[in-house]
Amino acid sequence: MTVTALPTLKPADFASDQEIRWCPGCGDYAILAQAKKVLSTLPFPKEKMVFISGIGCSSRFPYYLNTYGFHTIHGRAPTFATGLKLAQPDLMVWVVTGDGDGLSIGGNHLIHALRRNIDIKILLFNNEIYGLTKGQYSPTSRLGTKTKTSPGGSIEAPIRSLSLALAAEATFVARTMDLDPGHTASTLQRVAAHKGSAFVEIYQNCKIFNDGVFNYVTDKALRSDNALYLVHGKPMIFGKENNKGIRLNGLDPEVVTIGKDCALDDILVHDETAANPMMAYLLSRFSYPDFPEVFGVLRYVSEPTYDELMAKQMAESLAKRGKGDLQKLFRNDDLWTVE
Amino acid sequence: MVVNTPTSPRKFEEVDSITIRFAGDSGDGMQVVGTQLTNVSAIMGNDIATFPDFPAEIRAPAGTLAGVSGFQVHFASTDIHTPGDSLNCLVVMNPAALKTNLKDLQPGGILIVNSDSFGITDLAKAKYATNPLEDGSLKGYRIVKVAIDKLNREAVKDSNLALRDGDRCKNFFALGLVFWMFERSQETTIKWLHSKFGKKPDILQANIKALKAGYNYGETVELMPIQYRVAKAKIAPGTYRKITGNEALAMGLVAACELANKNMVCASYPITPATDVLHQLADMKNFGVKTIQAEDEIAAVGMAIGASYGGAIGVTGTSGPGVCLKSEGINLAVMTELPLVIIDVQRGGPSTGLPTKTEQSDLLQAFFGRNGESPVAIIAPKTPVDCFNIAFEAIRIATEFMVPVFILSDGYIANGAEPWLIPDVNKLPKIKINHPTGPNSEASDGVHENGAGEPGKFLPYKRNDNLVRPWAIPGTVGLEHRIGGIEKQDVTGNINYEPANHELMVRTRAKKVANIAKTIPDLTIEGDQEGELLVIGWGGTYGTIATGVQKARLNGWKIGQVHFQYLNPFPKNTADVFKKFKYFLVPELNSGQLLLLLRGMFLIDAKGLNKIQGKPFLVSEIVDGIQLFFK
Ligand SMILES: Cc1ncc(C[n+]2csc(CCOP(=O)(O)OP(=O)(O)O)c2C)c(N)n1
Ligand code: SF4
Ligand SMILES: [Mg+2]
Repeated sequence: MTVTALPTLKPADFASDQEIRWCPGCGDYAILAQAKKVLSTLPFPKEKMVFISGIGCSSRFPYYLNTYGFHTIHGRAPTFATGLKLAQPDLMVWVVTGDGDGLSIGGNHLIHALRRNIDIKILLFNNEIYGLTKGQYSPTSRLGTKTKTSPGGSIEAPIRSLSLALAAEATFVARTMDLDPGHTASTLQRVAAHKGSAFVEIYQNCKIFNDGVFNYVTDKALRSDNALYLVHGKPMIFGKENNKGIRLNGLDPEVVTIGKDCALDDILVHDETAANPMMAYLLSRFSYPDFPEVFGVLRYVSEPTYDELMAKQMAESLAKRGKGDLQKLFRNDDLWTVE
Repeated sequence: MVVNTPTSPRKFEEVDSITIRFAGDSGDGMQVVGTQLTNVSAIMGNDIATFPDFPAEIRAPAGTLAGVSGFQVHFASTDIHTPGDSLNCLVVMNPAALKTNLKDLQPGGILIVNSDSFGITDLAKAKYATNPLEDGSLKGYRIVKVAIDKLNREAVKDSNLALRDGDRCKNFFALGLVFWMFERSQETTIKWLHSKFGKKPDILQANIKALKAGYNYGETVELMPIQYRVAKAKIAPGTYRKITGNEALAMGLVAACELANKNMVCASYPITPATDVLHQLADMKNFGVKTIQAEDEIAAVGMAIGASYGGAIGVTGTSGPGVCLKSEGINLAVMTELPLVIIDVQRGGPSTGLPTKTEQSDLLQAFFGRNGESPVAIIAPKTPVDCFNIAFEAIRIATEFMVPVFILSDGYIANGAEPWLIPDVNKLPKIKINHPTGPNSEASDGVHENGAGEPGKFLPYKRNDNLVRPWAIPGTVGLEHRIGGIEKQDVTGNINYEPANHELMVRTRAKKVANIAKTIPDLTIEGDQEGELLVIGWGGTYGTIATGVQKARLNGWKIGQVHFQYLNPFPKNTADVFKKFKYFLVPELNSGQLLLLLRGMFLIDAKGLNKIQGKPFLVSEIVDGIQLFFK
């Protein structure tokens, strides 16, 4: 067997020839830049990477990458990705979706793609707004969000996409943000390496219709007090002085000050591989301003993937029955012969 | 049990064909014995056609009208195309079955009744005020009352079975009676019982006893003064099996994939009467067939398109309500010009409609049920067996023209069965599929933005002579490109909103579909090649229309028949065929959908013959419709 070395690629090799049409200042640019960087470092052939998206500003993403790309219909990207994976299991298939695309019209497909543990990587760009249709509230918009369709403020409780992904049994669940490029890159690196259904929520600023909704974590002056970066095996510590932490009081998490309320040893230690998803679920519910919002990998477990189970059944059928024979298939019922 | 052999010689009457229906509770096993009668008749050399009729509910309360299940078998010494208009013989297991089926029994027809099930409560469940066996209302029929419950119990009493399990053999007792009356051999059924219950010897023996007891009872008591005999039909030599439309669809798809050297991905969401196709394919993994039960029909069509994008044959099967959900996905395949096979096994609509009943009412939905100008190929099998060829054609057209193809089957041919002369695999046509492996840009492509026209580029929307774009699949080095539902620039496939380009692309997609006509057979006229009346059908009504036309022509009337299997595009010679006739009759199981198309596209003054009852046409209805033109 000859092993052909993969060509060394640069981020620029992943730029397509299409003119980018996002608004100046849109958070999507930053995510695209990190994606190109990370893709160029992966030990995986470029022609086997496919980006599939739904509809929305975020879903224009595949046009700007020089990989195979499929801009599909609103909310349904996971279904195309699933079909593609069935046809060609060794492709690396990414889905790019928005908060409206993935959680409103496409909520059902998201749930089912995740529970199947099919090997696709879903990136949900959450700007808490419908960007492409010019600024309506979305399923992640906070209570009270004023938009053209909610002039009196939204009266709908928002979805926590990470909680949903955990409930749907996703085997990889993470969150990052557009304005922390290093963290975006490291998160994309991790998701690229995962086998199974992966879900990443990316906070993304919509400059035009929802500017600054994530200021409390994207503004560097505020970030350390409001963002908790999860690191596997490390205590959950945050804050400007690095002295705040998360402690469990019965079933309720609480924010404590180390040295004042308790010792470092009392602080929860993050275990992304925990078989029991309860702690990940509690973390997924942390919301500003009562709790720091979490970034990093909440859950990372290994379960048989849909692709593997399908391959196994295909192989078993072949072993048991031999390669399909049409002559035999046609004759699998009572036969009679007319002379 | 000692059986006395009768001393009187048997009397037989030779007939061309017999139509029998078994009717009983949905738990009575009517489908099983109907199938046995079919198989036995086929093996004895008759031509056969069948029609099952199940209730919409899985297990409606026992004995009620809603719970009646029927299975009709037509066997003949002549070439037949339908399960028969009216019954020579009706077997009813309870009053509800009698009430719902009696109207189809011919005057003077044989009515075999399980007289044990006509108690007061049985009659009440079927809403009979008086017992029809006693009130004289069945006078016009030849009634054969048999205490089937009691006789069956007697027959199986030594079988080690609980009473209830023993009672479940009574369908085979009834089958035995019918076998005696129509001179059918028991051997095939006994063989089948062995294969089915080989591991449950008690049940096996009880069923065999019930079958034989029914047969012997007929002989012993000389149930009828006469038995019937149907001679062998003249049938083309070869090896046959019985096949339903849904089975034939599944086999046709698998065969086409094999001969195209492609793997199939079938994604569907369960829906009557289409689910059987998914059932069949799910068990064919050793043919490289992958199936997935999607979360809904939207997902199913998405998965099928995703699979096609990846170079597999993407198939999705459903019925009308599912087609509603798939329409946005189908349009994406129209726009991205990817192959896709959509099976629509039509049922009565709109909405949930009549899930288990047949109709041809999705034709216009297939043509026009999507936003924008959205041409797709549409083909329709004309018989259960034809489903095999149509499935084959669907894959051929989808891949040769990079287009979604609708297969419009229906509940009638999906579940109906007929004999299938098993084809020689080596003689099936091969399907050639090419995937590009390198750039296709040439200087002659003209100058476009983004460097089209420069050598070394891949142009995903550069077309061949039939206007078909290349099917480049992910994983191919150097052909990385993007597709999507936004309007494309011709040649490059880049997003493009220019007015002239949009018009060009809309017209190009339509022309591409029209080009399919170059590759399909001409319409053939059956019956008179020119003359007064042309009877025009499509899809699953073929058998009935053909039989009706043959009958009407015996009057000396000049009638031709054409039947469309290809509906979009229509065959090239369609307009020429129409020129040969003066009048046109279009029988359809809808309120005139093909009629509307033909009047609009060919400017012919056609008249409709329409039935919208969830039931197939009767031959007599076709003949009556034709008669109006000759009076
Ligand atoms: C079937 C259908 N319904 C509605 C739309 C209109 N539409 C396009 S994008 C969109 C919302 C997009 O919001 P989101 O997913 O949050 O993406 P963003 O633009 O914010 O990135 C809507 C409603 C559509 N394209 N298709
Ligand atoms: S509308 Fe908002 S999300 Fe869309 S491109 Fe502009 S800034 Fe980005
Ligand atoms: Mg959004």
